[in-house]
Amino acid sequence: MALRKVKGNLERMFDKNLTDLVRGIRNNKDNEAKYIAQCIEEIKQELRQDNIAVKSNAVAKLTYLQMLGYDISWAGFNIIEVMSSSKFTYKRIGYLASSQSFHADTELLMLTTNMIRKDLNSQNLYDAGLALSGLSCFISADLSRDLANDIMTLLTSTKPYLRKKAVLMMYKVFLKFPEALRPAFPRLKEKLEDPDSGVQSAAVNVVCELARKNPKNYLSLAPVFFKLMTTSTNNWMLIKIIKLFGALTPLEPRLGKKLIEPLTNLIHSTSAMSLLYECINTVIAVLISISSGMPNHSASIQLCVQKLRILIEDSDQNLKYLGLLAMSKILKTHPKSVQAHKDLIMQCLDDKDESIRLRALDLLYGMVSKKNLMEIVKKLMVHMDKAEGTTYRDELLSKIIQICSQNNYQYITNFEWYVSVLVELTRMEGSQHGHLVATQMLDVAIRVQAIRHFTVQQMALLLDNVHFLTSGSAQSSTMAEVLYAAAWICGEFAEHLSEPQATLEAMLRSRVFALPGHIQAVYVQNILKLFANILTKAEENQDVDGINKLCEIVAANMPQFVSSADLEVQERASSALQLVQYLQKQVNKGDFGLASEVSALFVGELNPVAPKAQKKVQIPEGLDLDAWINDPPSESSEEDDDDDSAAVLRGINTTDIFVKSDRIVDGYYGLNNKSDKTPEPTEEELEMRRTARKLEQANNPHYLKSRANTKVKNDLNKNLSEDFFDVPVAEIELPVSLKVTGLASPDSYLNLDKRNKTQKKKKKKGKKERDASTDEEDDSYPLHVVNTDIGEMPEGAQLSDDDEDGDSRPNDDPHKALDINLDEPLRDEEKLPIRTHHLPDPVNHIIKSKKKHHKEKDKNKDRKERSKEHRKLKSKSKNKDRNPIEDEKLHGGDNLDLWLGHDPSGYQPVTSDGEKQAMTSEKLPTNSSRSEKGAGESVGSLGKSSKKEKKRSKELKKEKKSSLKMKEGYEEAAGISTPSKEVISDLQGQGLADLQGHSLPSDLPVDPPGGLPHVVTSYTKFAGDKTLQMMYECRLLPQESNQIVLSVLLSNQSQSLVKELDFSVCDTLAIKLIRGDCGNQYGIKLHFQLSPGSTSEAQFAFEVSDVTQPQKLRGTLTYIIEMSDGIASHEKLDFSLLLPCSSFMIGRLPHRDTVTDLLRGGQLTHRNSFAVSPVNRDFSQVLSLVCFRSHFTLVEQVEKTASLYSRSLLGHHVCLLLKADPSSSQISVDGKSNCESLLAALMGELRGFLQVPPA
Amino acid sequence: MIKAILVFNNHGKPRMSKFYQYFNEDMQQQIIKETFQLVSKRDDNVCNFLEGGSLIGGSDYKLIYRHYATLYFVFCVDSSESELGILDLIQVFVETLDKCFENVCELDLIFHVDKVHYILNELVMGGMVLETNMTEILTRIEDQNKLEKQEAGLAAAPARAVSAVKNMNIPQQIKDMKLPDLPQAIKDLKF
Repeated sequence: MALRKVKGNLERMFDKNLTDLVRGIRNNKDNEAKYIAQCIEEIKQELRQDNIAVKSNAVAKLTYLQMLGYDISWAGFNIIEVMSSSKFTYKRIGYLASSQSFHADTELLMLTTNMIRKDLNSQNLYDAGLALSGLSCFISADLSRDLANDIMTLLTSTKPYLRKKAVLMMYKVFLKFPEALRPAFPRLKEKLEDPDSGVQSAAVNVVCELARKNPKNYLSLAPVFFKLMTTSTNNWMLIKIIKLFGALTPLEPRLGKKLIEPLTNLIHSTSAMSLLYECINTVIAVLISISSGMPNHSASIQLCVQKLRILIEDSDQNLKYLGLLAMSKILKTHPKSVQAHKDLIMQCLDDKDESIRLRALDLLYGMVSKKNLMEIVKKLMVHMDKAEGTTYRDELLSKIIQICSQNNYQYITNFEWYVSVLVELTRMEGSQHGHLVATQMLDVAIRVQAIRHFTVQQMALLLDNVHFLTSGSAQSSTMAEVLYAAAWICGEFAEHLSEPQATLEAMLRSRVFALPGHIQAVYVQNILKLFANILTKAEENQDVDGINKLCEIVAANMPQFVSSADLEVQERASSALQLVQYLQKQVNKGDFGLASEVSALFVGELNPVAPKAQKKVQIPEGLDLDAWINDPPSESSEEDDDDDSAAVLRGINTTDIFVKSDRIVDGYYGLNNKSDKTPEPTEEELEMRRTARKLEQANNPHYLKSRANTKVKNDLNKNLSEDFFDVPVAEIELPVSLKVTGLASPDSYLNLDKRNKTQKKKKKKGKKERDASTDEEDDSYPLHVVNTDIGEMPEGAQLSDDDEDGDSRPNDDPHKALDINLDEPLRDEEKLPIRTHHLPDPVNHIIKSKKKHHKEKDKNKDRKERSKEHRKLKSKSKNKDRNPIEDEKLHGGDNLDLWLGHDPSGYQPVTSDGEKQAMTSEKLPTNSSRSEKGAGESVGSLGKSSKKEKKRSKELKKEKKSSLKMKEGYEEAAGISTPSKEVISDLQGQGLADLQGHSLPSDLPVDPPGGLPHVVTSYTKFAGDKTLQMMYECRLLPQESNQIVLSVLLSNQSQSLVKELDFSVCDTLAIKLIRGDCGNQYGIKLHFQLSPGSTSEAQFAFEVSDVTQPQKLRGTLTYIIEMSDGIASHEKLDFSLLLPCSSFMIGRLPHRDTVTDLLRGGQLTHRNSFAVSPVNRDFSQVLSLVCFRSHFTLVEQVEKTASLYSRSLLGHHVCLLLKADPSSSQISVDGKSNCESLLAALMGELRGFLQVPPA
Repeated sequence: MIKAILVFNNHGKPRMSKFYQYFNEDMQQQIIKETFQLVSKRDDNVCNFLEGGSLIGGSDYKLIYRHYATLYFVFCVDSSESELGILDLIQVFVETLDKCFENVCELDLIFHVDKVHYILNELVMGGMVLETNMTEILTRIEDQNKLEKQEAGLAAAPARAVSAVKNMNIPQQIKDMKLPDLPQAIKDLKF
């Protein structure tokens, strides 16, 4: 064997290893591909061998080839083989290869689940580490689901190295398996306070990543982070925390106020630039979120700006860059503070580093004022001339325009200047921003009426010098777009042209056809406008020659447009040509006066339309766009059904066109066919025709010409006159279409095809008033008036910025799924999936003893199966015993409102137990398997009460539903929580019956004389808040050897309805709540509601496995309190309950002789005694008290000596001998038992209450 | 989150690539190529941040890089990472390499890309920063190397001898990669 191994190794030595491969590739530079192909063949050979060393060598080589771009997914199986090697060396190679080549969609991953689980649970620290590192690169949804629990377990590993990795890993799990987030979150939260700073840092990292995408769910963690921020010295972590706060503050301005001070301190104290920078960033975020209401925040702003200045002045380019970046954030809210540093920013414009120049440009935006605008723009223009590289130049150009046009040209005092700047900008070569410049030109020309004359002149010049824009290098440039604007402006405002004829000729010049189609189209249209303008003038002067000449020029040059490649241009040019020729004919005939008609084509003023106007057109009341206009056509219709509905739908979308057309047709055919007499069509026929017509119309907007669908058409022709009587009906059904047709004035709007078609003529009336008002507003601008209207909007519509509402994240963004409320308590079904064998259904735990047998069996079975987990749990349960004060401190901050309210005393203590529950029950699906495992491992209900937290109604419903389900369960589990005392009363009564023989001490509640055995209640208050009071009493079930019943009285002390009570306790090793058939959960839902002032009782059975020590129960009661105004809020009440040993004592004497037998038999080996001097009590009172409080039975009393007996639930015997010493008035108590600790505990108890004087 | 970590030389040859988001091999090569083009045309005295590599991420992502002698170390990160922090992380990474390889040079990275990966795995896990403390990182790496040696034991001795013989052919390894002085700002960031 050994020999073979050595032999294998020797063979291996001469295989190519990674180094050889790399060297080979370097030596074969010329035919690298061929060499690598050859290597891959060798690798394939090696992979076929059995020797794992050879295989791993091959895989290592593959990993290298992967980096060079070779797909190695074909070797996935071999990679997995190497991963599963038991040797760390090979495993490492395997995991590296898998992390480089596997991804979430790799199908082979399903083979890896068990192997990875094995590695995660490996004894070797680094095996688990490897598995985690590898898994983080390729984890899939399936793996996340299957391994979530194992990774969770690693969170509590004793090794910080693994905890750290597991914490980071959880983030990846959440991304792929969002359901894990809620169950896992409590433990993740614990890790924020891990003793190891690396783990802490990792946890902060994960929470930051989670919170960055869904900040609102993590607001409640703010106190924890705040504490970390003020105590930690780990800069990495501080940076993350501070970044996180930056994301949280916009949601909670109060948080911002609390942060300002510590952040300012950090800014002053830290020497680490990275931390300083993040602090400044977050302070800025804070200041933005609370921009009002902070009196002294100007100081903070000043501090930030000052520090940023230091960064910007630094010689380190990185700091300079970041300084400018942060500065631009301040700029948005506090431009004044930034403006003070104009000099510095202007300096940065000259920086050699382009990134810095771009950042500085961003800032310039806020630097400008009316005074310095021209200066700054001039500087930028100079830069633009000098700049190399078109991208930077383009950036400059767009910045110039952005700076000038901001806030409706707020800073421009002289628009002639601006127009000249725009014209100047057109000279820039190779720019991609032609469209931007063109838009600006149009905008200025339209909005600034005073400047129009100048603008038009300039545009005429541009048109005259087209060659500058279209020549040479302009191929890649879009500057020709400017001609679009120029042509339109010259045409539209032709009256401002000094030489319209020259401009017209310039536009007709031959180079024009080289321009893009849409520009040519504008040319044609505006040539007509110019033509109309000149014609009008000529006509006034009776200049027939001039008109003739004009027409000739146009007619001569128009054909070049007619032959344009662009359809639209062709069409427009042909009509224009016909029009001009017709005009010429008419003029030559001596028919004047046509000019006014031609110009009538272009009357009407064009107003800017608001960008969102189309969207804002309100749907008229009563119009349902989804409803059928006509009844949906029946199947029997001639037409294909699909076509039909499509036609109707399309008909709705384009109603204006059709209704309009209908009218024309109506008139036309109406005239011609009036005399035709056709038989009255039946209702059915009419309906059929209507549908047919609709289809026809929808398919062909120009349907007057169309005769394609002959069958339908024939029908139509036959019955046209009747048919069209129906049309008005259709119109009435479509109120919207009527309105739209009313405003159609096609000619004047033709040029505005990009704009909104739905603007209404009515608006025109308002126009003048608006202009007047803007005039007033703009008084401060001496030179030109800008029409700063946002543009026309439909009536009643408001312009808003947030039209795009809703989550803008793409649907496949994993973070969308992680938008989960973490403050809600965990629901029953929320748990991490675990690996389980199929277990029998949980047995109903009712107070009937029959089912006990099954339970025992299950228990044993489970124990075996889970012994491993058991061990883990045990080690964990140690951690559990944290002292409550610490817990309080830890969780007190949970109440964000209180925390933010600067009220340190208002911390609402929330014991950690409530938060630590879940896991046990998750891991152990049946009650029976829970025994002796304790509650150590837990993921908790994130229960937390926050006043502002409001439940969404949907969830409420869900909960209601589940509580209903619970109810059914409880009816089977009789007696557990029925609000009735009867079940127990007679049991206790028996114990008490013995007491009846003796006079009851006066300080005890006395039964009604002669009454039936009745429970003497000794309810003790153990918890309460302002809404609820909780009292308890402990009762025993003698026929159940190991159960007690806790009867809890809940009284509602508030004025509101309390409902959805959920009682949950944290099971301990010794005592467990029996949860009926709802086996897996932690709490029990109470199915009653508490009206104001009412009291109800609930009873809970507990299984007790250790009676020898007093037991402490901790738990939580959650409930919903519903105010009178319908607001419901979740509340939580934590309690802890000390059950003394006497609670587990049954005071019944099986047989008179039992005690004698016991004492004689010597079983009671343990002894304990004490003496007390009971205050104000005589012997009989003491005796009664002992019997009552500690559940003892009086066996025999001889004068001042009495013997008592009791036994515990689990059958321990305790005998007491009470003797009163008349001389010292002391009572000595002697106890004997077969259980030492039980006896000691009981004696302690007795001594305790005997010393207390009666109330 | 860190989306990718790339190491390539002055000619754009990849020396190590780690993607924390899945891209197929062709895409990976393309990203490396594009990143190289973006980074290589920048002077050494300009800032180390670069916005807008179009292939990875989008507007939220930044390239943060450092140039050491013949190698570029590029991290592609989103806005949840601190720019200066990542610069420092690169420094920690390179210093760790320097310690592990004793005066690291490009050749070390060429022939031991697997080791580079192992080292990186101790710094960054699944795109999140795992550890920044160099001592801790070095301990972990040494521990694992020890483990590997233990496993190899005697059986590996002949193999080691052979590889030593093979290595003799390598031309004198040039140890030219020197770490430049850190800017003050970075030195301040202590962990």
